[in-house]
Amino acid sequence: MTPANIIEVRNLSASFGSREILSDISFDVREKEITVILGGSGAGKSVLLKHILGLYETRGGSIRLLGHDMAELEEEDQQQLYLQMGVFYQNGGLLNSLTVGENIALPLEQHTDLDEELITRIVWTKLQLVNLPEAYYLYPSQLSGGMLKRAALARAIVMDPPLLFCDEPGAGLDPISLASLDKLILNLREQMGVSIVIITHEVSSILRIADRIVFIDQGKMIFQGTLNEALKKNVEQVYQFFEMGRLFPIDDLE
Amino acid sequence: MELSGNTLFIKGSLSLSNAESFIKEAMVLLEGFGYNRLDVNLDELGYMDSIGVATLVFLQEKMGNKDLQVNFSGGREDIRKKMEIFFFQDYIEPQKAGKLSFFEKMGEGFERLLRDYMASFIVLMANVIYWSVSDIFKSKRQRKGEFYNQAVLIGVNAVWIVGGLAFIIGLVMALQSSAQLRNFGANIYIVDLTVIAMMSEMGPLITAIVVAGRSGSSIAAEIATMKVTSELDALKTMALQPVRFVVVPKMHGSLVTMPFLTIIANIMGILGGMFIAFVSLDISPQVFVNRMAETLVNRDIFIGIVKSLVFAVLIVLTGSFYGLRVKEGAEGVGKVTTTAVVVSITLVMVADSIMGLLFY
Repeated sequence: MTPANIIEVRNLSASFGSREILSDISFDVREKEITVILGGSGAGKSVLLKHILGLYETRGGSIRLLGHDMAELEEEDQQQLYLQMGVFYQNGGLLNSLTVGENIALPLEQHTDLDEELITRIVWTKLQLVNLPEAYYLYPSQLSGGMLKRAALARAIVMDPPLLFCDEPGAGLDPISLASLDKLILNLREQMGVSIVIITHEVSSILRIADRIVFIDQGKMIFQGTLNEALKKNVEQVYQFFEMGRLFPIDDLE
Repeated sequence: MELSGNTLFIKGSLSLSNAESFIKEAMVLLEGFGYNRLDVNLDELGYMDSIGVATLVFLQEKMGNKDLQVNFSGGREDIRKKMEIFFFQDYIEPQKAGKLSFFEKMGEGFERLLRDYMASFIVLMANVIYWSVSDIFKSKRQRKGEFYNQAVLIGVNAVWIVGGLAFIIGLVMALQSSAQLRNFGANIYIVDLTVIAMMSEMGPLITAIVVAGRSGSSIAAEIATMKVTSELDALKTMALQPVRFVVVPKMHGSLVTMPFLTIIANIMGILGGMFIAFVSLDISPQVFVNRMAETLVNRDIFIGIVKSLVFAVLIVLTGSFYGLRVKEGAEGVGKVTTTAVVVSITLVMVADSIMGLLFY
């Protein structure tokens, strides 16, 4: 049975002033799948993510998130929708005035009536999950880039959201940390049924975790589907992205 | 959930939505539990997320505190898998660093004041003075146009606010004094009062406070941002001295423009006083100017200019000092900016008092 669509983007266009950033983008993100949005630098991936999250106003087209049209949602409904998703920002997005533990506990403290001890327990569990229990009382400014990313991921998943967005989670991580991050993402999908949207450039990571890919080039959508389908359909940009063109020259492909 | 003998059967789901009520219910159910071992059976547990797992561990700990051994058993394959992945038992309560006693804190604070603040401030001051003097003769080594930019930012852009504020203060000062002077028939002394006060005291002080608020904060914020975004490190590794490259043009810009700003403040303040003298005490501008020529001595003008130069050095040094000390990202930038303004205004007042004692 084909999984239901958790995100539906239709004919999305976006621009900054007169500069067009995204043009006629349409794709779906299916439930309990890992969808990787990829493309070259400056292709518009992060802008696309911010549009999906409702952080930017769209110029044209529509975005349906968990069955809701983002443009039609009242602020209060949007807040409710945000509670059902975790977002991992490229630069962490942790609040510098709070410790890592306080950062991760923040959504639980603000949105639940859980006992303080239980919140501490949950926060510690999440820090263990991302292999960062020692950072509980440290401030974000005291963490390395890799630690900061792991702490940010712990905050993004603290409420066990059914939908998780990750903007460049693997950038700057060593291969071992990247592999363990991928394992965690796969576990979240397999064990918790979390639907995950990831923006990444890490080829090894994409090969490991992607159920489906959405390829964007210069603000236009080139392809959506599985990686195998992209390779079968001979999508030139996808080949180039994965450096397969070097191994299998594009001219030689059927 | 249901308790049968020493086995607790968990049913339904266990997640964020019912974690709190689950714990409360379990504690009530297990009150007066007579066995030394509790088996938690998960066979009838339909759904559990990672918060649910953390809740089970939390329950185990709570029972462990009562010398009760807790074992988990059963469960569907997916539940067991979740227990395997999300179950972290070796929990150690995160500990904060030990607290210092009052005297230890005082000692540490004093040591920090001497080592971190005074020593660093003196080193920065020495560096800035050395490079500021030496770069006057090596204009080729300066960034083209940077001195001009800084002079505009610190000086030219502040002309309106400094002038306007000085006019109002001169006006208010004369207004408050005029009533008293009229009582004694000493109307003409309003000129002496306004001119001397503006020239040697209020003019330089108003200018310094405005510049500390405008430019002192912007210097601290700019340098702090450069530090947190590694721009200063980049300069160092390009064999460029950050102090020379970033601070010295600001020092030159403020040293050149502050005396002019002070002169503008003096003139505007005196104009404010002249206006009140005319309106309130019938002293015509002609009489005011004649009296001013008799009253004003070069020494007062000189003192005002010297003060403005000292204030310029203090404001740039304080802004740079705090900018360079930033430690924690964006929040740190805000903190050092506020501190830089407060400290530079305080230092300006202290220096003004010291110079007042020295000159009079």
